[in-house]
Parts: sequence; structure tokens; C-alpha cells
Amino acid sequence: MNKSSIELKNVEVVFPVYNATNLSLKNRVLSAVTGGKIDRAHDGAVIVKGLQQINVKINPGERVGLVGHNGAGKTTLLRILSGIYQPTSGEADIRGECVSLINIGLGIDTEATGRENILLRGVMMGMSPAEIKKISNDIVDFTGLGDFIDLPFRTYSTGMQLRLAFAVSTAVKPQILVMDEWLSTGDEEFKERADKRMADVVSAAEILILASHSKELLLANCTRLIWLEHGKIHMDGNPEEIATKYFGQ
Amino acid sequence: MVRPVEKTNKFEALKDILSAFKNYHLFMTLGWQDVATRYRRSRVGAFWLTINMIVMITVLGAVFGTLFKVPIEQFLPNLTIGIIVWGFITGLINEGCLGFISAQDTILQVRMPLFTHLLRVVWRNMIITAHNLLILPILFIVFSKPISLISVLSLLGFILLVINLCWMMLVFSIICTRFRDLTQIIQNAMQVLFYATPIIWSVEMLQERFALAFLNFNPFYHLLSIVREPLLGFLPSLTNWIVAISMAMIGWVFAILFFNRYRKRVPYWL
Repeated sequence: MNKSSIELKNVEVVFPVYNATNLSLKNRVLSAVTGGKIDRAHDGAVIVKGLQQINVKINPGERVGLVGHNGAGKTTLLRILSGIYQPTSGEADIRGECVSLINIGLGIDTEATGRENILLRGVMMGMSPAEIKKISNDIVDFTGLGDFIDLPFRTYSTGMQLRLAFAVSTAVKPQILVMDEWLSTGDEEFKERADKRMADVVSAAEILILASHSKELLLANCTRLIWLEHGKIHMDGNPEEIATKYFGQ
Repeated sequence: MVRPVEKTNKFEALKDILSAFKNYHLFMTLGWQDVATRYRRSRVGAFWLTINMIVMITVLGAVFGTLFKVPIEQFLPNLTIGIIVWGFITGLINEGCLGFISAQDTILQVRMPLFTHLLRVVWRNMIITAHNLLILPILFIVFSKPISLISVLSLLGFILLVINLCWMMLVFSIICTRFRDLTQIIQNAMQVLFYATPIIWSVEMLQERFALAFLNFNPFYHLLSIVREPLLGFLPSLTNWIVAISMAMIGWVFAILFFNRYRKRVPYWL
């Protein structure tokens, strides 16, 4: 398997914001008919610069923490790093299979049974049905759901639902792991096992990217911090140094 | 206007489409799930589709068969296959328009080929159509219609139909994600086309030459013919085949160029 790596060169992301009037074809046609030069402001198109001048190179083995205030561009950068958005300009070279654990409930169908949901969620995580079948029993054991696994997901308590989603989501060991806040769930007994499982997945990943608002978490897991401010990299480097500055303000 | 993406890999669209097929388990699992969810708590399940279709065809057959004064054994098979195939066509086009929009959450979180979301729609509708197809053997037995060897051709016709619908879906889904109103326009157009396509009526009923010439401009007439005619034991016309094949080729070239240009933009439009 090839080593994973991430390289962003001068990445810029520009969001077009379409409001209802702008989104419609009507305006396009009408403005074409009037024939006048309608510039952007007239047109109502608002453009938001999500990210600007992002230059980052992440090597295998790095644990990168992402900090920044709301709206600083963390989610956008996470999406660039996991290959969902492609930069409007600049280059993003992402090598290695990447899994993002942002919403672990994605793909879950509440009417389907627990077992079917393992398949659904597993497919979303990039596994093939054959692979899922192999690990399916491990997942059931881990959740401790027992016979409940063959009942519809909607009959589960919130805690049970979280357990299942968590167990499937952490069943894959990707090369690049992208997380928005740490995954932790359940009562005391489960939490302990969950934390251990999470730690296994994290240590198996070649690259970890973790956006978080928790200083302890970032310091405990990261070897590097990137501080985003207004869509630009404000600081990039040693976790202690940056954490004191960011959280110390 | 949105700034075009500067660097575009020439093969990006093709890669996306090919890897959607390579990861066939994705669209198959998701498409199957869509149908399963819809009928999960129903006793008859997805066979409601079959029942609904039987009811509809019986009523339409009774009403229009009487109106047009056509022998029922000739009218009903024509109508039934027409309605089933048309249901497949509109299902693909209408749901295809929303293909990316309804997969928004997935697209914004998981990196998978965009074309997978369209194949999911295709697969889901194929499963639905398979349920409706159950009516055909009953129909053929009731009217003791012999099945000729020509019927095999309709399989070829169906493949050609799907190939054509896929490029349309690809183009429509991209435009509809950007311009949300277009979904309504397309759905409307499909409704109108239902009457402009020989489904309830048949080509023989057209007496004016003019109307017949007009019919040739309806792409769905040709696509429907290559599936329906062989099933009824007739050979589709050469024009039918030529139009369907050339449409597939030109359409796909256009769709791939179009997809190449706008693929990157789709997540931003969601």
C-alpha cells in the first residue's frame, strides 16, 4: 500500500451563495433578455471566500489538530482534506484512503434492523459487503446489543443507537482519518471500551486530522496544530505554543 | 457567473463514472435499501407496485379501449408495456434531477463517485419495474398472445434505453443542482410528453402525415418503440434504432464533457 500524504498548494475556496432569487433560471433568462451588463452585486450573487492561500504539507505519522473560531473555515478545510471539495483554485493532492468521522449516523436507516444498518453504514464507510460480513459479528459483540441487533433501529434507546453507529464507524482503519471533535459515547462501562477502540483506530491511521475546541484533547493527540482565522492559516506548528496562544486569549 | 475551475483533468468524469461501476455494491446496496424502506412496514410490500399498476391499467384499458373502439386484446398489451416503460423513464428522469440534491448529506461527507448517486436511482427504478413486469406474463396468458423470438430484441432495446436515460440524468442532475427551478420544468415536460408519446394511443391512430412526422422528433417515442415493439412481436423501425443509437453516442459525448466541466462544482452548489 502506498504511503499517504496530503499537500495543499495555494488552495483557495470561494463559495457562491445562492439565495432563492439567484438560484433560479428565471433570472438568468431575464437578464439575458434585457441584455444589459448586470454585474455580480446586481445579480445578487454573494461570494464568500471560504479559504485563502492555504499551503500545507502533511506527512505520514503526523497528527494535526485544527483550531479556529466558528466560521474560520475548519469544516471547509476538513472537506478539502478529505477530498470532498476540490479547491476553486490552487492544488490539493491527497493520497491514501480517507475516512471522515464527522457524522457517524450518516446512512443509517431507522426502519432497518441493526444488522442491516451495519451493512448500510459499512458501505458508506467504503467497505464491501463481503468485508462487512466478516466483521459484522465482532461489531455485534462490541455493541453488546445481543438479540436487539435483529430488531429495527428505531426501537433502540438513544444510547444503543449511538453504540451501533460508533461501532460500525470505528470498524474501518483508514490511512487518513478526519474527525470533527472526538467520538465518545455511552455510559461509563461502554465509554471505556469505546475510548480504547477509538485510540486503536487513531493510532492505526497514518494521518490524523482533528478539529476540536478542547485543549486537553488536542494536546494529548496532536503533534501539530493549525490555527485558522478568517479562512487563512494564522499559525501552524508546535501544539503547546499555539494552544497557549489560542486558548489563552 | 461562477468562476470556472481552472485546472480540469480531462479524464475526471470518466474516472468518476467507471469507479461508480467498479464499486457496484454501493449503488446496489443503497438502491435496494431505498425500495426496502418504502415498503418495510407493509404486509404486501413492494407488490403494492404491481397491484397499483394492475388497477391503473384496468381502468385506463376500460376507458380508452371503449373510447377508441379498439379490440381490447390489441389495446391492452400495448398500453400495459407502454405504461410500465414510461414509468421507468419518468422515474429515472424525475428522480435523476434530484439525484445529487437528495444525496446532499452523503456527498458532503463521504468521498464516493458522484455517478454512484445516479446509478442508485437507476437501480431503484429497475427493482420497481421488475415488480411491474410480473403483470406481463399474466397479460400474455389471458390474451393467449404467443411470445415470438423477436421479444429478445427488447432486451437490447432496454439496454439502449438505459444508456440513453443515463446521460440525460447526468446532465439534468448537474443543471438541477445549480438551478433548482429546472426540476419543476423537467417534471412538467415529462408530463406533457406522456401525452405526446404513443402510450395510451397508438401510431396507427394517427391519420395525418403531419402528426407522424412530428412524432419522429419525440426522442421518447423511439426509445419506447425499441423496447415495446419486440415484446409485441413487431420489429422496431430502422429509424427507431438509428435515432436511439446516435442519440446515445452524441448524448454521452456531451454529457461527459459537461460532467468534466462541472463535476467539481456540484458539492459547492449543494
